[in-house]
Amino acid sequence: MMKHTLSVLVMNQPGVLARVAGLFSRRGFNIESLAVGVTDEPKISRMTIQVEADDATLEQITKQLHKLIDVIKISDITTDERVDRELALIKISGDAANRSEILQVADIFRAKIVDVAEKSIVIEVTGDEAKIDALVQLTRPYGIIELVRTGKISMVRGSK
Amino acid sequence: MNSGGTARHPLVLTPGLRVDEGVLVLGGLPVEMRGAEILIECLKAEKVEVVFGYPGGAVLPIYDVLYDADIRHILVRHEQGAAHAADGYARATGRPGVCIATSGPGATNLVTGLATAYMDSVPVVAFTGQVATSMIGRDSFQEADITGITMPITKHNYLVKSTKDLARVIKEAFHIATTGRPGPVLIDLPKDVSNGTAEFTYPETVDLPGYKPTYDGHPKQIKELARAIEAAQRPVLYVGGGVVSSGASDALRKVAEMQEIPVATTLMGLSAFPTAHPLSLGMLGMHGTGYANLAVTECDLLIAVGARFDDRVTGKIETFAPKARVAHVDIDPAEIGKNVRFDIPIVGDAKRVLEALIPQLETKTRPEWLAQIATFKNEWPLGYAKGRDGIAPQYVIEQISELTKGEAIITTEVGQNQMWTAQYYRFKQPRSFITSGGLGTMGFGFPAAIGAQIGQPNRLVIDIAGDGSFQMNIQELATAVQYGIPVKIAILNNGYLGMVRQWQEMFHNKRYSATVLSGNPNFVAIAEAYGAKGFRVESEDQVRPVLEQALAEPGPVVMDFAVSREANVFPMVPPNESINMMVRGDR
Repeated sequence: MMKHTLSVLVMNQPGVLARVAGLFSRRGFNIESLAVGVTDEPKISRMTIQVEADDATLEQITKQLHKLIDVIKISDITTDERVDRELALIKISGDAANRSEILQVADIFRAKIVDVAEKSIVIEVTGDEAKIDALVQLTRPYGIIELVRTGKISMVRGSK
Repeated sequence: MNSGGTARHPLVLTPGLRVDEGVLVLGGLPVEMRGAEILIECLKAEKVEVVFGYPGGAVLPIYDVLYDADIRHILVRHEQGAAHAADGYARATGRPGVCIATSGPGATNLVTGLATAYMDSVPVVAFTGQVATSMIGRDSFQEADITGITMPITKHNYLVKSTKDLARVIKEAFHIATTGRPGPVLIDLPKDVSNGTAEFTYPETVDLPGYKPTYDGHPKQIKELARAIEAAQRPVLYVGGGVVSSGASDALRKVAEMQEIPVATTLMGLSAFPTAHPLSLGMLGMHGTGYANLAVTECDLLIAVGARFDDRVTGKIETFAPKARVAHVDIDPAEIGKNVRFDIPIVGDAKRVLEALIPQLETKTRPEWLAQIATFKNEWPLGYAKGRDGIAPQYVIEQISELTKGEAIITTEVGQNQMWTAQYYRFKQPRSFITSGGLGTMGFGFPAAIGAQIGQPNRLVIDIAGDGSFQMNIQELATAVQYGIPVKIAILNNGYLGMVRQWQEMFHNKRYSATVLSGNPNFVAIAEAYGAKGFRVESEDQVRPVLEQALAEPGPVVMDFAVSREANVFPMVPPNESINMMVRGDR
C-alpha cells in the first residue's frame, strides 16, 4: 500500500464533488484528503485527491473516476517532482505567561499569528504534510483548542 | 397498436413555424417555447416513438403537451413498470427506452428499474418531475432528491435548473445513454423548468470533454490476440451482453467458425450465439452447463468479449480458467482487471474488435479439442427428472422453445424460472432473451415483455415467470389489456419462492423460512378479472395443446402451469466453489 496523489480536472458543476466522493465510498476506496477549487478556466475545477492504495486498487480508482462524465483528466503525480502544500489554522491556549514561547515556535516554522486574544492564539501555517504535522506536535503541549486543515494541494514543478 | 420502428416525426408543429439553422422561428423571430414543449420536440428529434409513464403533479406540464403530441404514451400501473418497460423496449430494439414519472414517490419508484438497466448496461432515458426550483431543499410535498438517490445507479444524471439548458441536457442524455457502454440517464425537471420558456434549438453535437468512449481496439493488441488464438490448443470464447448490445453476433460466429472455438455465454449473452450451433456450449457459471464449465476450466486461452467476470460466472475466482491466458475485450476499460487477471487487454467495441480480428485469422480445425468437448457433453448432458408432483418445469420451457422454433422474444423473471429458461430455451437470434442478469430483479419480466412487444409488434413475446415474481408487477395486466399488448405469460407455479427454497433445501436443512406462497391467487381468475385470457395446466399432456391455443390468442394471456413443487435447478456450482465442482442433482 502506498500513498498516491491524484490531480483530477473536473467540470465545475453542482454535484461533482458528491459524484467523486460517492464513487470512492461505494467502491470501498478510501480518501485520505481531498481539496477542490476552481482553475484559471472557470468551467473547470481541480481536485487534489490523496489515497492509500495498492497498484490494482489505484488502477480501478483511476478507471472508475474516468467513467464519471464530469471528470476530464486524471494525473497520478505521486512520483513527479512537485510542490505539496497544506494550510492549517491552529488555535492554542496561550496567555501572557507562555505567549512568547509560542511565538518562537511559530517563528521557527515561518507560521503567522493571525489572532491573539487574552487566552488564545491562532497560528496560520502552510507547508507540506510533514511540516504541519510537526508544528501540531510541538503546539500540542500548550493545548490545542481547535485545528483546521485544508487538505493537500499539489503542483508539478517545471513547465509541464 | 402503432406500426412501431419506422415512424418518423417532422419537427415543425404549427403552420407558420419553421426551423432555421436549428432554431424554431416564426416570421423571422426565434420562438420561445415552454420547457415541456421543448422536451417533446427533443424526443421527436431523437426519434422516440413511445414513452412509458405515470402522471403526477410535478409532470402536469409535460402531460399537458403529451396530450396532443405525436408520441405514443403507455400508461403503466406502477412507475417501476415504466422503467422496466422502457428497459425491455431498449433491449428488444437496440434503441433507447424512455420513461416518465412524477417527483417524489413517482421518481423513487423508478429506482429499481434504473438499477436493473444500469447493471445490465441498457440505454434508458428517464424523466422525473421535481418540485419548483424555489421549493427544492425544503422538504416540499412530493420532493425527493432523485439525482442524489440515483447517482450510483445511473450512467449520469441531471437536475435541470433553467429551461434554456433543457435541450442541451436532453441531447447529452441520449448521447450518453446510447454510446460507449450504454446505461440509464435520468433528467430531473423542476416544474418551473417545464413551465418556463426559452428559445428552442436542438443542438447537433454534444460538448463533453470528459466523455470519449473508445470504439476501436488497439491494432497491436488485436494482432496479439490473433497470435494467441493461432497458438492456442484449447481456446474458448466467453461472451456476454456486450456482444448483443454492439451487434457483434455475426462477427462472433465468424471468429468461432474460422478457428473452431467453442462459445460459452453468460446469461446476458445467451442470444448472441445460436444454442443449436455445434460450437455452442450454452451458458457457463453457477447454473451453466457442465460442459461449458469444464471447457473453461480446461482451456488454455479464454477470450472474454463484452463480459465482466461476474461472481455467478466465475465461482471461486482463484480457480477460474486456471490453465488459460486471458484476453479481455470490453468497451469499458474499468472492467478489464476489475475481477480477474488478464494477459491481453483490448478496450473497444465488441463488434469492431472482432471485425478487425477476422482478417488476421486463418481457418483452422481443432479436432482434438472438439473431441474433448464432446466427451464433456456426453458426461454432462442437460437433463431433468420427470415431475414428481406436477409438470416438470423444464418440460414447459422445452415445449415453448419447440413451438416457437426458438424465434420468440423471451423475457423472464428471476430465480428458477430464469435459470431453467437459460438452460432449456434454444435461442436463435440476438435480442431475443431479455432478463435481469446483474441486479436479479424479480418483477422485471412482465413489464419488460410489454416494452419489448411495443418495440417489436410483429414478434411473439413470452414472459416465463414464477408465481412469486409475477406477483411483483402483476398490476401491469391492466396496461397490457388497456393497450391490447398481446404478451403471453407462462407461470411456472410451484407455490414457493423456488430458488430461495432450493438454497434452503441445500444449505439450510430444508428450513423453508418465508418461501411458501400458500396465499397465491387463482391466476386464471386474476387474468380474467383484468380482461385478459387465463389458462390453468395441471398435467404434462395438456402443456402442448394449451400452449398452442394460448400463443395463438390475439391478446394478453396468462398460463398457470402447476409444476413439480420441489424441482431444482441443476447442475449447480455451490457458492464460492470452483466452477468445475458442480452438483449434478437428480435425473
